[in-house]
Amino acid sequence: MKDNLKEIIIKKMLVAAASTSIFIVLLIFLFLGKEALPFITEPGLSELFDSRWIPVSFQKEIFGIIPLITGSVLVTAIAAVFLIPFGVIGAIYISEIATFFEKELLKPFIEILAGIPSVVIGFFGLMILNSMVKDIFDLNTGLTALTGGILLALMAIPTVISISEDAITSVPWSYKEASLALGASKLQTIWRVTVPAALPGIIAAIMLGMGRVIGETMVVLMVTGNAAKISWNPFDSVRTMTATIAAEMGEVAFGSIHYHALFCVGIVLMLVTFGLNMIAQKVLKKYQMR
Amino acid sequence: MVKFTNPKITIEKLDFYYGSVQALFDISMHVPEKKVTALIGPSGCGKSTFLRMINRMNDIIDGTHHKGKVCIDDQDIYGDGVDIVALRKRVGMVFQKSNPFPKSIFENVAYGPRIHGIKDKAKLDDIIERSLNNAAIWDEVKDRMDKNAMSLSGGQQQRLCIARALAVEPEILLMDEPASALDPKSTARIEDLINELKKNYTIVIVTHNMQQAARVSDYTAFFYEGNLVEFDHTNTIFTKPNIKQTEDYITGRFG
Amino acid sequence: MNKNISENIIYWLIRIAAYLIVFVVGYIVFDIVIKGLPKLNMDFIMGFPRRSGSEGGILPAIVGTIYLVSGAILVALPLGMFSAIYLTEYARQGRFTRMIRLAIVTLAGVPSIVFGLFGMGLFVIFFGFGASIIAGSFTLSFMILPTIIVSSEEALQAVPQSLREGSLALGATQWQTIYKNVLPYALPGMFTGSILGIGRAAGETAPILLTVAAFYLPRLPSSIFDQVMALPYHLYVLATQHPEADKVLPMQYGTALVLLLIVLIFNLTAIFLRSYFRKKYKW
Repeated sequence: MKDNLKEIIIKKMLVAAASTSIFIVLLIFLFLGKEALPFITEPGLSELFDSRWIPVSFQKEIFGIIPLITGSVLVTAIAAVFLIPFGVIGAIYISEIATFFEKELLKPFIEILAGIPSVVIGFFGLMILNSMVKDIFDLNTGLTALTGGILLALMAIPTVISISEDAITSVPWSYKEASLALGASKLQTIWRVTVPAALPGIIAAIMLGMGRVIGETMVVLMVTGNAAKISWNPFDSVRTMTATIAAEMGEVAFGSIHYHALFCVGIVLMLVTFGLNMIAQKVLKKYQMR
Repeated sequence: MVKFTNPKITIEKLDFYYGSVQALFDISMHVPEKKVTALIGPSGCGKSTFLRMINRMNDIIDGTHHKGKVCIDDQDIYGDGVDIVALRKRVGMVFQKSNPFPKSIFENVAYGPRIHGIKDKAKLDDIIERSLNNAAIWDEVKDRMDKNAMSLSGGQQQRLCIARALAVEPEILLMDEPASALDPKSTARIEDLINELKKNYTIVIVTHNMQQAARVSDYTAFFYEGNLVEFDHTNTIFTKPNIKQTEDYITGRFG
Repeated sequence: MNKNISENIIYWLIRIAAYLIVFVVGYIVFDIVIKGLPKLNMDFIMGFPRRSGSEGGILPAIVGTIYLVSGAILVALPLGMFSAIYLTEYARQGRFTRMIRLAIVTLAGVPSIVFGLFGMGLFVIFFGFGASIIAGSFTLSFMILPTIIVSSEEALQAVPQSLREGSLALGATQWQTIYKNVLPYALPGMFTGSILGIGRAAGETAPILLTVAAFYLPRLPSSIFDQVMALPYHLYVLATQHPEADKVLPMQYGTALVLLLIVLIFNLTAIFLRSYFRKKYKW
């Protein structure tokens, strides 16, 4: 009986430990909500949809998050342009084409890339890519949405490669054999059989990668120039939601409208990444069911 | 179906389900004490599932449930307040694939007695020597008790697992195809061992090797698709079975 | 023949794309190593910063990062390991288990700056810790929790089921089985996962930005309620906030190199250990 009691206590402790994840997620939503909520009464939710973000002003401060959202969207779209082809091609190359020796060489590089801190990537962007972009496109500054997008794509590539690679490798050999036996070339087989069969996994990989891109802070803070304006021009400076929080939260007065507005931005960010994550998980789960 | 006046294990109207899939259908059976009872039948017939009912090993599988009764010495082992730990101490088990722990030979056999609270070194040594002797492996390992059990051969590993089960002094020994992964010589040693062990233990053995069932068992139960088709003296089952299905299986017409 | 040529061209394009990634990674590391190496001496690593970081060393930032990471591991490792033990050994399918899994996936996707916001709201303001090591460590620990849970689960699942059955069949209780016959073989893998977590925690900037990091604080902390400097934040400050950013270029590269080395050493150790244990424990 003493044994039994011990077992029960241990199990309770383990349940408690496992529950902390649920608890933390709830707390995150709770605290973001709690600190964002006062914004609804003062100055009101409609203010959020203004097209200007002017947090410091002698006349009237305006907290419209539209420019921040467009900033995030633009940078993310640019990142996608680089992330999708390079991520997917990288995964195809590693899983289907590379020799054993090449794999052993390529994989550590991807793992190293996954490990490089974002602030170091941002620093590299500031030092090297910044002037490259400036010179190539003959701009006044290299601190643009394009610079940020390229670096974000680089950061998310390991995520996309490793998940897509899993999906591609798990395509049954029999599919590929059947195609090859029909006289299709290796490339045709990859393009018409392997990739379509692995597509749900690849899509999920891309979505998870995009989630990382939207949520990334330091790189965009350092290299996109941080101009809060609505623009769809990749050569413009933009300001993302993440960068806004990082740059302004440190100087804001506790409990001010600006403070609450930044928490509103945090909620939007949380919901977007949460949504992307959920869809990606759904896709992955359906895929694994087959 | 044979009945016994004083069976060691009594199974009554046992149904068993993996989720919504029924794996055992209305099984009633007596297992006699200090005899060897063999369970035979084609793969997937439920014989292993049935065996694992007797020490409640199926409990650890998610989403299983059962109806009916399994009694050992008239105690319902699925009844309220039954201590599973005490039950599993009484009912030892040897698995199909030998599963020595990646520890020393000594630690493998000492594992059971230790968790049941035996700390005294001399007593432990004594139990271990006796168990290894009973499992007919003492002479082979006595000089290398501190070697990792994984370094033993397949047949030795399986006898070590038997010794490990014996070390907690069970009354019943369940064996799930204990020799299926072994070479003929090791198999013969295990069969000899079973013949020795039945003097002191009630043994239930699952096998799909019919010659083995004929050689080692006193009674044989034939399972088919989750049903107990026939249960009788091994002699009867193998020479003049009552049911056509049994005969077909024994003579190799299917399975 | 024509088909073959065009296939070959496509092959090469794919190969070039794959190796371009390698090239860029190599270039980043090479650039930082070459330009940071001259700074890598004892005065820099063991010295205190002077003139708001334009001279002197980065010891307080290194020590700050060590404190933050140790604190984060101290919280996240037991929590993560226990969560993983529950999920692999005890949890049955059902709503509660699904909710835990959902929460872990969600947590893994929360943007780091949102962790920062949350940590500020909860630890700095609500609990009144102020910007401090304890607030930063807790925030980081929540961030690395999913990494530790997932890799601990993998380590536990790699232990064969037969070891559990063998132990249970001898009459061991579930916890005895886990403690004596599962954990000993899973622990190396679990620690490997936590090393990956350490690497992540050491390099993150956004979560500590709002919870602990000090702009310039040329002394070592005396308690867990002190603010500290931290390497990634120090690099950010030197590179973007410093009034003489161009002049302190060597300081920036030196800091970047030290940070990169710390993170890469942890990551490579984890990768090496993982393949070592995979080979050692082949069941």
